Amino acid sequence: MRIVINTEKCTGCAQCVESCPYTSIEIRDGKAHINEYCRFCRTCLSVCPEGAIIEIVEEGDEQEADISGYKGVWVFAEQRDGHIAPVAFELIGAGRRLADELGTELSAVLLGSTAEEAGELIKWGADRVYHANDPMFMKFNDEPYAQLLAGLIRKHKPEIVLAGATPIGRSFIPRIAARLKTGLTADCTALEIDKDSGNLLQVRPAFGGNIMATILCPNYRPQMATVRPRVMKRGVYAAERTGEVVPVAAENLTCRTRVIDTVKEVSECLVNLQEAEVIVAGGRGVGEKGFRMLEELAELLGGAVGASRAAVDEGWIPYSHQVGQTGKTVCPKIYIACGISGAVQHLVGMQSSDIIIAINKNPEAPIFNMATYGIVGDVNEVVPLFIKKIKEAKA
Amino acid sequence: MNIIVCIKQVPDTSEVRINPETNTLVREGVPSIINPYDLHALEAALQIREKAGGKVIAVTMGPPQAEDALREAVSMGADEVRLISDRAFAGADTWATSYALYKAIDKIGYDIILCGKQAIDGDTAQVGPEVAEFLRIPHISYVRKVEDVGSGAIRVQRLMDDGYDVVESSLPVLLTVVKEINTPRLPSLKGKMAAKKTVVTKMDLKAIGAEEENVGLKGSPTQVRNIFAPQAKADRKVLQGSVEEQIDLLVRELRGLKCV
Ligand SMILES: Cc1cc2nc3c(=O)[nH]c(=O)nc-3n(C[C@H](O)[C@H](O)[C@H](O)COP(=O)(O)OP(=O)(O)OC[C@H]3O[C@@H](n4cnc5c(N)ncnc54)[C@H](O)[C@@H]3O)c2cc1C
Ligand SMILES: Nc1ncnc2c1ncn2[C@@H]1O[C@H](COP(=O)(O)O)[C@@H](O)[C@H]1O
Repeated sequence: MRIVINTEKCTGCAQCVESCPYTSIEIRDGKAHINEYCRFCRTCLSVCPEGAIIEIVEEGDEQEADISGYKGVWVFAEQRDGHIAPVAFELIGAGRRLADELGTELSAVLLGSTAEEAGELIKWGADRVYHANDPMFMKFNDEPYAQLLAGLIRKHKPEIVLAGATPIGRSFIPRIAARLKTGLTADCTALEIDKDSGNLLQVRPAFGGNIMATILCPNYRPQMATVRPRVMKRGVYAAERTGEVVPVAAENLTCRTRVIDTVKEVSECLVNLQEAEVIVAGGRGVGEKGFRMLEELAELLGGAVGASRAAVDEGWIPYSHQVGQTGKTVCPKIYIACGISGAVQHLVGMQSSDIIIAINKNPEAPIFNMATYGIVGDVNEVVPLFIKKIKEAKA
Repeated sequence: MNIIVCIKQVPDTSEVRINPETNTLVREGVPSIINPYDLHALEAALQIREKAGGKVIAVTMGPPQAEDALREAVSMGADEVRLISDRAFAGADTWATSYALYKAIDKIGYDIILCGKQAIDGDTAQVGPEVAEFLRIPHISYVRKVEDVGSGAIRVQRLMDDGYDVVESSLPVLLTVVKEINTPRLPSLKGKMAAKKTVVTKMDLKAIGAEEENVGLKGSPTQVRNIFAPQAKADRKVLQGSVEEQIDLLVRELRGLKCV
């Protein structure tokens, strides 16, 4: 495919230049020119008021691999020290929804861990679990993980494979994409099935969270994605749900890395923040002293305290509390943003919260676009009053 | 010992802003920089060279302008550079990028390959592991410290969610590094002189021996369907009245939802 400029129609208005996320359009001699940075995202096509930008489809553009035999949705259930990571249950939630929509089955793949844990995956919503419980999988090494999962995919041909965008998933899943020649979309925040084609629409933030992109993998299978933890809702746990656990043997795997030690360095609040049902988060507008009243509000609601990067940069609160692109992704029932402007990098970390309450003195603050309830006011006034009213309501 | 560093030229995304009226990116005057993580990879390479000997070769796949990034690498101390560039590489996703890098690196020869954890324009963190898979060598992601490097093996610390792992690997190996690993040095005067004089070796499709259907847009399994601004929430309720009345309403709503 090529994107070309019809120089007769082009007026050099430069609207396309601004629209291009890849800086691939330049104006030279009063006309637009497309350079090598072009990723064929087609954004410019819709922007041009003259219709001067044209897409030319060439022979051989659509390289079709045979994708007809691929069925079923798979999730990779990662474990650490034998325990299934919470993200696996979220993947099952998302995978179940996709599988139901496609009218197909949901399978989970578990490497290491125990039969009991494998059974849990079924109760959370999987129809089948491929379980390789060889001790070599207890510790994470990229090569055997990638080889085993790639082998299973080759054999059973799922159409979709999801994994957590965790240090483990982000590290070994790309090897599978390379090996099988298929697409992999990193760090997805939304997954939908395209009604017309049945393809997976994979939405992810790009350019430091400034924009969102929808990625497709139409001609290769499986369609693979890693999904940010705490973005998808967990599956529904049903103790009576039954399914099949398929044991998988670990044969002929190479492993040239060796984990010789594992050192834990978890701070308490980190765990609390991601597990909390209520998060009271503060930004630059709160000020150093203000964080104490946020703590009080959080305690009253049985929640944890989060922060914007600005507040962390000011040194008012440790980095482990930071929510956003470069901090944690959270998904509580209630997120109360106090004195936070709502920069996209912050929003990507909390936008899937059920209820977002924004308190900001600037009615134009972008956080209000995202808020379920917005209160325009000074945090120093609003928060103490809020605390008082909740106490009254509780009494 | 050949120590290869993969560097990518990226727009400085910390300066990218969105125009709320047109929902498009404002890219005017946004400078191109070396992906910040790759500077840490380069620094790690230079430190490995200081300990174990060998030469540091910086490679990048990109348009002709990416030569600037390679010169900057020389100014910091890289011994050699390669610009992997061809019109046919345009539009590459991570698969096609990794394939081209693999072909080139295989031609150059390697013992240790260093990549950044991720590139800040796409944040995918896929190219490193994919290159390792194509080369059929092991890789270790999120390296925050190189504890030891010998002629046939390396020991590093790998950052995990709950702490870190100490991981050993045979050579050759590919590492992707996080910022905690080091502080990149500044270009030296001598380095800047060397950068000026450097002849940048170009490698095109033929030179790397790649098949055309595997590079660029044609070789890319993924497609960008569209790009849009992060959206506003649909179920917004605007609270009315004085601040006190608004809070009363809010507390009532929260009680209704059994949150208070
Ligand atoms: C690559 C990259 C990654 C980033 N990652 C993150 C990230 O992970 N998380 C993150 O949060 N940010 C991140 N940022 C930074 C982000 O762009 C914003 O700069 C940051 O979120 C702003 O924080 P803030 O809203 O607290 O501060 P500001 O933008 O300064 O907003 C303060 C707000 O407080 C309001 N205010 C002031 N006083 C009061 C008062 N008395 N009462 C009520 N309201 C008041 C103001 O109206 C204003 O809206 C990142 C940036 C980049 C470039
Ligand atoms: N075009 C490229 N040229 C050279 N190295 C690259 C290129 N793209 C990615 N890399 C390397 O791969 C790492 C991860 O990139 P990414 O997968 O795009 O997030 C980067 O930090 C670089 O070290």
